[in-house]
Amino acid sequence: MIDWIERQRYIIDFTLSSLLRRKVKNFGLLALYTLIVFILASTMFFTYSIKKEASIILSESPEIIVQKLSAGRHDQFPLSQMETLKKIRGVAEVLPRLWGYYYEGGLGANYTLLVPPVTTNKNGIEETTDSITSVENKENAPDNPDKPLFQYNDTKLKPGTIIIGQGIARTRNSHVGDFMPFRAYDGSIVGFEIKGILSSESELVSSDLILISEQDFRSLFGIGNDFVTDVTVAVVNPHEVSTVASKIVNILPDSRPITREDILRTYESIFNWRGGMMIVIFSAAVLAFVIFAWDKASGLSAGERQEIGILKAIGWETSDVILMKFWEGAVISLTAFFSGAILAYIHVFFTGSLIFEPALKGWSVLYPHFVLTPFISVEQLATLFFITVIPYTVATIVPTWRAATIDPDSAMRHSGD
Amino acid sequence: MILHPTVIGNLVGSSITTGMVVYAATYGLQILKHWNIESGAELQLILERKTYLISTFLAFAFGMQLISLFLFVFTADRLTPLFVGAMCAAGTLNVNAFGYPTLLLKILNFVLAGLWLVLNYADNQGYDYPLIKWKYGLLVVIAPFILLESIMEFAYFIGMKPNVITSCCGSLFSSENATGLGSEIAGFPPEPMMVIFYLALLLTLLSGLYAYLTKKTTYLYAILSVIMFVIAIASIISFISLYIYEIPTHHCPFCLVTRDYSFIGYVLYPLLFGAVVSGMGVGILNPFIECESLRLILPKIIRKSTLISFSCYSLFGLIVTYEIVFSNLIMRG
Repeated sequence: MIDWIERQRYIIDFTLSSLLRRKVKNFGLLALYTLIVFILASTMFFTYSIKKEASIILSESPEIIVQKLSAGRHDQFPLSQMETLKKIRGVAEVLPRLWGYYYEGGLGANYTLLVPPVTTNKNGIEETTDSITSVENKENAPDNPDKPLFQYNDTKLKPGTIIIGQGIARTRNSHVGDFMPFRAYDGSIVGFEIKGILSSESELVSSDLILISEQDFRSLFGIGNDFVTDVTVAVVNPHEVSTVASKIVNILPDSRPITREDILRTYESIFNWRGGMMIVIFSAAVLAFVIFAWDKASGLSAGERQEIGILKAIGWETSDVILMKFWEGAVISLTAFFSGAILAYIHVFFTGSLIFEPALKGWSVLYPHFVLTPFISVEQLATLFFITVIPYTVATIVPTWRAATIDPDSAMRHSGD
Repeated sequence: MILHPTVIGNLVGSSITTGMVVYAATYGLQILKHWNIESGAELQLILERKTYLISTFLAFAFGMQLISLFLFVFTADRLTPLFVGAMCAAGTLNVNAFGYPTLLLKILNFVLAGLWLVLNYADNQGYDYPLIKWKYGLLVVIAPFILLESIMEFAYFIGMKPNVITSCCGSLFSSENATGLGSEIAGFPPEPMMVIFYLALLLTLLSGLYAYLTKKTTYLYAILSVIMFVIAIASIISFISLYIYEIPTHHCPFCLVTRDYSFIGYVLYPLLFGAVVSGMGVGILNPFIECESLRLILPKIIRKSTLISFSCYSLFGLIVTYEIVFSNLIMRG
């Protein structure tokens, strides 16, 4: 075993010195190789961590959302049907939600308007909760696991006031105390006072959010008191979610229950697809690189031919030359692979993936500013290895073998001319 | 078709492997037909040169085959969230008819590729290519399986449609539902299976030790190591998984590779595969012990191979015993 390691060591030693003798050729190859790994790794790191982020956020979202359908389209949900839902066995709580979109022509942006949900406290008095839905980000607040994702604690939402997200505040350059005008459904202009701005930690979900009181919401959009946008259903036993969902469809045939798993799966699919699409597009680049590597490896210079000729003349066997070439490939591959991956890590997690952001994240005027939580796994690195290093290695095997089986005399004879 | 990066990685790897193996097998056929070490003909010289290329190709392709088995299970496990009802790789593999056949072919090819590498290693030690015809004979046998595996794998990934309701591992490997191979093995009562497992392990280890020390009964060990492999897989489904999951009804062999059980599958399965490949290697090398150019080196290789197989099984046994003893699940009064 020791002998074996020593042998490899000497060959690696020889390989490194011979690589350094041909700096320009090898650094050119290395730079290109690193670039390829970097591009693919950036794509993968980005999609994986955004998927992770989405799943962390969604893991605390309502178990079932029930929407009413009318002619196949999402319609307002009649409050009277809430009692029917509450009677289903296994349902813990049914909460109405009021939310909608508002298009601001001046900015060309869409706002999301949400009425903070109302719960009944122990004394039977209705109060507005101070955290919106139960969206919580436990990973970011390990010291306080119950910390809601966005809070507006001290500011009570009175009619006529709103609380806005960071993205809106930034784009409109708005501050607390300013008035924000809205055009109501009947054409009249209503102004609301900005009472607060949501924390920046939650920007990924609250960038374009406006919190508004129920009364204002109904008058702004002209929604009657008997209707809400949709309802959320909490289920006692998480294993029964799908059963409850199918019961809801049976009892209210014109409704559409959406479970949390459905949403998670959809996000997973979308980002897999986006990431996979990018990789398929970049595979053309990988292919070009593989051809380049093949060419580089087969175009032996006169000096290299002579070198191999001499090595074989002094007693190296064909398998030794192949071994040397193998280490040469391994040194280049691993250097490129690791530097590419490290650069991609820096690119995605420290610079916010400047290059690919628009393609992978989607696009919007009020786009949130956020820093992704660094997340990489063995799976990503293994995949990356399979789509970069392996094609490269395969491309160099045949040229390597050609070089290694040259007859020593012919190699040395041709080198003169 | 799911355009998941890891799926693309799998398909790239499998196409490359297949391409190389098929290329090598066509030369393998020529070698089988025309090889004559005594001859100085041009064809013989070309073939001698090509053997270098082919063994490099195959060492690479088969090395990749070994990794790809694990990557495949890993991928199946990762795609779980895309399918309603799938809770781990067991459910994902059941998404269409090609999942399990692909897995079985991968396991078969893993063992065959391992054997080929053992044969290749031994052949390289002799100066006159002593095992060359056997080696390429085996290659010609392996190539169709590799090709088939690749076709199956493509069919599996291309035929995948997210949201198909698949049976989750809870029902597929549960003892109540007595259909399918998985359920039948899970149906083995844990206690007799445990006795069989430990008896077989003891027998295998003893015969391995005997073979290692006396250089006799190597065939017996080779056969026992194969039987042991099958028993070990059956035991994982029947009772080892129960102790690791600490749930008396959960028999799934795939959940072992998930994070929840600290990836213990990635320790157990390679040990098992290592043990069976080196154990079978002992049996496959033994007939050539009289070969002139290998007379000195082959007994050493066989001994080493026996030792590797023996150590893998011992370590497997130790880890399993540790898991059972320190498990919070107690199956007996």
